Amino acid sequence: MGWLNVYAAVYSPEDHTSLFDMTTNAGKQMMWIGTTVILVICILVVNHTFFDTFAFVFYGFMILVLILVLFAGTNINGSRSWFKFGSVSIQPAEFAKVATALALAKYLDVPGSNLTKQKDLMYIGGIIVLPCLLILASNETGSTLVFASFTIMLYREGLPSWIPAVGITAAALFVLALVFPKLYIFIGIGALLGLIIMLMPRYNRTMANSLAIGLVGIVMIGYVTGVDFFVNNVLQKHQRNRIKVLVDPKIDPLGVGWNVTQAKIAIGSGRLQGKGFLEGTQTKFDFVPEQSTDFIFCTIGEEHGFIGALVVIALFIGLVSRIVILAEKQRTKFARVYGYCVAGIIFFHVMINVGMTIGLMPVIGIPLPFFSYGGSSLWSFSILLFIFLKLDSRRTALTRR
Amino acid sequence: MLENRKWVIIGIFCLVGLTYLARLFYLQVLDDTYSLGASKNSIKRVVEIPYRGQIYDRNNHLIVYNTPVYDLYVTPKQVRIPDTSAFCRMMNISVSDFDSIMGLAKNYSPVKPSLFLRQLSKEDFARIQDALVDYRGFEPVISSMRTYPAHTLSNALGYVSEISKKQLENQDILYYRQGDYIGHNGLEEQYEEQLRGKRGVKFMMQNVRGVNKGSWKNGAFDTLAVAGQNLITGIDVEVQRYADSLMQNKVGAVLAIEPATGEILVSVSAPTYDPNLLSSRFFSKNYRALIKNPYKPLINRPVMASYRPGSTFKLIQALIAQQQGSLFPNTVYGHAGSPMRCHCRGGNSLRGAVQNSCNPYFYYVFRKFLYFNGENNTFKASAIGLKQWHDMAEKFGMGSKLGIDLPSELKGNLPTPEYYDKAYRGALRWKFSNVYSLSIGEGELLISPLKLANLAATIANRGWYITPHYIKGFGKPGVGLSAEYRERHETGIDYKYYLPVIDGMRGAVAHGTVTPLANIAGIDLCGKTGTSQNNKFGHKFDHSIFIGFAPMNDPKIAVAVFVENAGWGGKAAASVAALVAERYLKRKTEAKKLEEQVLASNYLPPVNGLPGYKKPAPAAPKKDTVPQKAAPAPKPLMTDTKTKPVVAAVISGN
Repeated sequence: MGWLNVYAAVYSPEDHTSLFDMTTNAGKQMMWIGTTVILVICILVVNHTFFDTFAFVFYGFMILVLILVLFAGTNINGSRSWFKFGSVSIQPAEFAKVATALALAKYLDVPGSNLTKQKDLMYIGGIIVLPCLLILASNETGSTLVFASFTIMLYREGLPSWIPAVGITAAALFVLALVFPKLYIFIGIGALLGLIIMLMPRYNRTMANSLAIGLVGIVMIGYVTGVDFFVNNVLQKHQRNRIKVLVDPKIDPLGVGWNVTQAKIAIGSGRLQGKGFLEGTQTKFDFVPEQSTDFIFCTIGEEHGFIGALVVIALFIGLVSRIVILAEKQRTKFARVYGYCVAGIIFFHVMINVGMTIGLMPVIGIPLPFFSYGGSSLWSFSILLFIFLKLDSRRTALTRR
Repeated sequence: MLENRKWVIIGIFCLVGLTYLARLFYLQVLDDTYSLGASKNSIKRVVEIPYRGQIYDRNNHLIVYNTPVYDLYVTPKQVRIPDTSAFCRMMNISVSDFDSIMGLAKNYSPVKPSLFLRQLSKEDFARIQDALVDYRGFEPVISSMRTYPAHTLSNALGYVSEISKKQLENQDILYYRQGDYIGHNGLEEQYEEQLRGKRGVKFMMQNVRGVNKGSWKNGAFDTLAVAGQNLITGIDVEVQRYADSLMQNKVGAVLAIEPATGEILVSVSAPTYDPNLLSSRFFSKNYRALIKNPYKPLINRPVMASYRPGSTFKLIQALIAQQQGSLFPNTVYGHAGSPMRCHCRGGNSLRGAVQNSCNPYFYYVFRKFLYFNGENNTFKASAIGLKQWHDMAEKFGMGSKLGIDLPSELKGNLPTPEYYDKAYRGALRWKFSNVYSLSIGEGELLISPLKLANLAATIANRGWYITPHYIKGFGKPGVGLSAEYRERHETGIDYKYYLPVIDGMRGAVAHGTVTPLANIAGIDLCGKTGTSQNNKFGHKFDHSIFIGFAPMNDPKIAVAVFVENAGWGGKAAASVAALVAERYLKRKTEAKKLEEQVLASNYLPPVNGLPGYKKPAPAAPKKDTVPQKAAPAPKPLMTDTKTKPVVAAVISGN
């Protein structure tokens, strides 16, 4: 537990120094770090039952705030999702993750709730989808996608494995349908399913099974056609382009594609050891856009090279694995579920954020936990993590007794 | 069981982590595409903006080309200016201008170049070029400026200027950036995609001082700029300029079409402006002045103005009534019983009625047309007849957009039975006696000069038209011309019905309503005059209209002329049309006396105080060869807000 605390503490200064050249952002970030420390102390002082008892209250409050921001929020870059207080702006969507995680944990904490039951699944789905819709309405696609990370927790809690499988397949087919012509995908699906039938043990190769696989194939083809039709015929031209840019930055070489190319150049130029702290040329001269928020990983890649990137990724993987292991040790189901939510959210952010800078993921603007500039995200991640630590300290206190 | 899923999850975490590390290892250590040769070099993206396509007329005369100019960019962080006031004197700007530009630039980015001054001419640039070497942080970038050697056609061409904020936000594909140029209005907007070409991107290596060190990866990632295509139009610049000169001191429009192809030969909107005004760096100043001008020179009258067509509409009446079977060439109507006044002696056949523009004649033609359907109830018969009238007239392209290649065409109005049902608050509450003014092209009709020119072309072709268009091709005539501009539109009127109408039109010019001087020898002009009622609406004079074509057999040019506030159509409009047709057919002007007369006449309405006139207009002098009391020079007079409706009342479309 102390180990985690140090981890977070060590990385906050790193966050600040890697932004050293941008005096205004760095200064503000210092302020955010200061307030974060206060928040952390508050969380550690409050009784652990506080979070348990008021989970649904937090959730309800967050939903209200999300609705409020739709009407009263400030419009930044076409998305109405920020509250502005003087020079400080706060994005409620970031905190919605914490509240949703608490609400989910609370719901699953009830004895007898079972994820194989349809009714429970519906409620869980509702808890996740409601804030999603509200955030989507305020035009923040990136934050919405983060809610998909709850699948990891649900999987652990006994979600039938076909649900995430279908989800992943649907997402993969969606991307494929945008990138490749329909015919290729049809051939691909056909070949894949044929291969499955070929590889099946002979005693399994019954008519019924073949038919079932054929049906799956037809559904997949139907889905691809549907996506194709939807994107090309239903959506308007500018919406279509926005979606296509997500999967294929090359169609917009001057905009998003430029960001990715520059990010790769910056990271690639770091080589094995990096150019040294504050020596990066690509990032210093503003070649990489949004480098203090979404593309912050470029700074690490360029200045600290492969070794630096390795350390950061290893630390993140270590952190999420450690959270998972700690979560397993929890006595209460509430704490365990919550722990998995924390691990899932952090993992998802890291995966998307790092993935997009090295060209493995579509460009979706979400922050890198504890690194990116931005008060809302730093706060929400700290709250997220430290609530878990508080719950965990309760466990250690119990064992010591 | 479920506890084991923990390992699956941790396994996924590690798998993703390893994938990313492998990718990073590849990017950072193995692959040197993304590393840079010298560690101090960085890559700069240079956008190459291609030359915009030029515009030519039908005889390969240049209408629009590009002149190289220099945009001066500033990188605030590098700027070291020892003596700001000396610098400003050299740049010919005030110190406060300098401060505000630098403030904006710093605000945008201290390290990226921002625009400092745009469109410095070659001469200006030569003057400062040497001195500029001493000032760090200023970088000239070659760019281009639209130049119009013919000084004409501005309304149809539109102009090229900086992209507006709204356009910037509403892009489908993010192509334009802040400060980019884009075509506005007219052909520049219509054919923006073809004219602009395709931008290229070059990746250049630079050292920390910004000195180019060659292209990156030998240009493997560069894309070449593709120059815009040249637009060839059907315009005849010589005739166009001649028409411009004829329309000086007049408000109105001239539109000429080649009937066989639908190509627009002449497109004048008067008063007009020199297109060069809107391409220099004094754009905003000039634009403001034009916008404030009470005669609204920015409006493209051939397509954006709507007028009542007046007597010119009798041509359509005559054609569709013959087709319906309710009118024969030898039908004779007198004046008796008609509520309309007329200036002819009456007792005409169809030819004579067209020649003399007999109002009562067409009153009876239209009456018979509406009641020619076996229905005894006059209200019902009128509704049925008007529907038929609308459908037949619509075939001539009236009542909807023709589809010319300009972005701003107006629809006009060709009333339907439903239109009157609404106006009279219920079906069958109106009949012929309520709508008879349609018979002579008055009432609720609203038609643009373009459509009337198209009517002239249709009659010249004896039954069909091709949608009028400016484009003749990209690069070569015929290339890139859409099928729409090759297709014949039939009017559904038989060939034989055109002949008596055309006879009448020839008669109108030879010894009818047209002033004798306009019957220029050797061009065989056929035409129809029109007088669009205007003096009832607080104005002194009616609008003068003429449509026609020449020569009578094998027509080469169809023309429509509108002159606002110029009285009856046989004089002002017909004279201009005859001169334009003569110049196009003979390539010279022999009717010197007529030309002199037209050039001398001035029909500009006085700027202040026509509508809302306190006393009714005094009886209009019949002789309007005398120029009206010299109108004050068209200076912007913003104090008088009442002036606006002068033109607006006439132009307000739909």
